[in-house]
Amino acid sequence: MPDWLQLMLNSLPTLLWAALIFTAPLTLLSFVFGLAVGLATALARLFGPKPLVAVARFYVWIFRGTPLLVQLFLIFYGLPSAGILLDAFTAALIGFTLNVGAYSSEIIRAVIASVPRGQWEAAYSIGMTWNQAMRRTILPQAARTAVPPLSNTFISLVKDTSLAAAITVPEMFQAAQRIVATTYEPLILYIEAALLYLAMSSVLSALQVRLEARLNRYGGFLETRA
Amino acid sequence: MIELKAIEKRFGDNVVLKDVSVAMAERSVTALVGPSGGGKSTLLRCINLLELPNAGTVKIGEEELVFGAGRRVATRDIQRLRRQTGMVFQNFQLFPHRTAIENVMEGLTVVLKWPEPKARERARELLEKVGMAAKADAWPATLSGGQQQRVAIARALAPSPRVLLCDEPTSALDPELAQEVVDVLDRLAEEGTTMVMATHDLRLASKVADEVIFLEAGTVVEKGPAAEVFGNPQRERTKRFIATLRHEQESAARPA
Ligand SMILES: Nc1ncnc2c1ncn2[C@@H]1O[C@H](COP(=O)(O)OP(=O)(O)OP(=O)(O)O)[C@@H](O)[C@H]1O
Ligand SMILES: [Mg+2]
Repeated sequence: MPDWLQLMLNSLPTLLWAALIFTAPLTLLSFVFGLAVGLATALARLFGPKPLVAVARFYVWIFRGTPLLVQLFLIFYGLPSAGILLDAFTAALIGFTLNVGAYSSEIIRAVIASVPRGQWEAAYSIGMTWNQAMRRTILPQAARTAVPPLSNTFISLVKDTSLAAAITVPEMFQAAQRIVATTYEPLILYIEAALLYLAMSSVLSALQVRLEARLNRYGGFLETRA
Repeated sequence: MIELKAIEKRFGDNVVLKDVSVAMAERSVTALVGPSGGGKSTLLRCINLLELPNAGTVKIGEEELVFGAGRRVATRDIQRLRRQTGMVFQNFQLFPHRTAIENVMEGLTVVLKWPEPKARERARELLEKVGMAAKADAWPATLSGGQQQRVAIARALAPSPRVLLCDEPTSALDPELAQEVVDVLDRLAEEGTTMVMATHDLRLASKVADEVIFLEAGTVVEKGPAAEVFGNPQRERTKRFIATLRHEQESAARPA
């Protein structure tokens, strides 16, 4: 077996372990929390009173307009000066959540707005309240349209978690960096890390295809929205 | 049973309904006719309060709401009045993510909180009534326009509204498909369903309606029993309009 392959195989358990206990939870938790924040922000912008709209826009403006790495540094290294001390994982989780929240709120806002007005009216006409119409009629249709763009957000997020290495979270990329520090084989280790990220993204892409197929089961509803 | 008094509706500076007062009796079918932009849809939508009148009174059965400057009408009251009505839209507006029968059940399970089996049973009866029982489990996207509209009628009837409002129920449909829908509406009329429908379809209006209201530029030009308004319109304006509709219908019916 060539040396490079041996090195890759030897490092694999360490990298996978880091992916399993840091990268995966960080990704999943910040995606779920981020979607909740994104939904709340989108609803505030679409339906909230003026001050809330302003708050929501300000939030999106800040988190879309500044680099993620800077946000992470501010939360982890900056906030302690203001008396807020967070462990690295929590800091990363907050940073990624707020970031996903900002990006996904724009997607969610667009897909909610894209459900035809007639669907609201149909829901109201059978007596639904705003909440019922939203939950039963609008969101399910919006969700379907949202799958491709939100999958993008999700896949970007998996890769972006590597930035957490910079604030001392021992996730997969940092594990690779540590192995490089002892083996002096950056090319091999970073290729291995890249392949592992590629594998994770590919799994997510495949899941996206299956989810879309599932949501498409009710046929080309685009025609019925005329 | 339905009473609209002095309804005024504005969109910005555009006064779309001016001092409209009309009444519809229980078990009657009223057709709203008139040129495009005359305010037919808006008047219908003021009955179920998808549009809120700027002024006037809407009364359905015992429920009454008064609108006017400075009055705030509570959402609950709007809902209570709206729940006396069902509506059929020009482009059906079935919920695309629910099957035909689920569309019909939706108002029963979500709004009236009926248990699922009871709602399903009622939905099945209604689909039977509109001739769609065989397609109960079909997705709306797989149904023809006429089929979708019949399911939409069943959906609107499910919560047993006091009045069925139809906005151009046949105008998105080819003549044969429109006929299916006309037949269903006709049957409902014979069973005594109270209906108000905006339509350009003379076949529908003359077959199903007892009363006709001719609306132009937001005012009622003429109203009366269908036989009289269609057979012997009093106003020159109504006469010309009906002649145009006849003409359109005949040329549409002739093979090209
Ligand atoms: N949501 C709205 N915002 C602004 N203007 C509106 C709105 N809805 C209707 N209007 C205006 O109100 C007027 C009456 O429209 P309405 O749809 O009630 O007419 P209609 O008699 O149903 O016409 P048609 O036969 O074409 O359906 C039109 O001038 C229309 O432009
Ligand atoms: Mg209209």
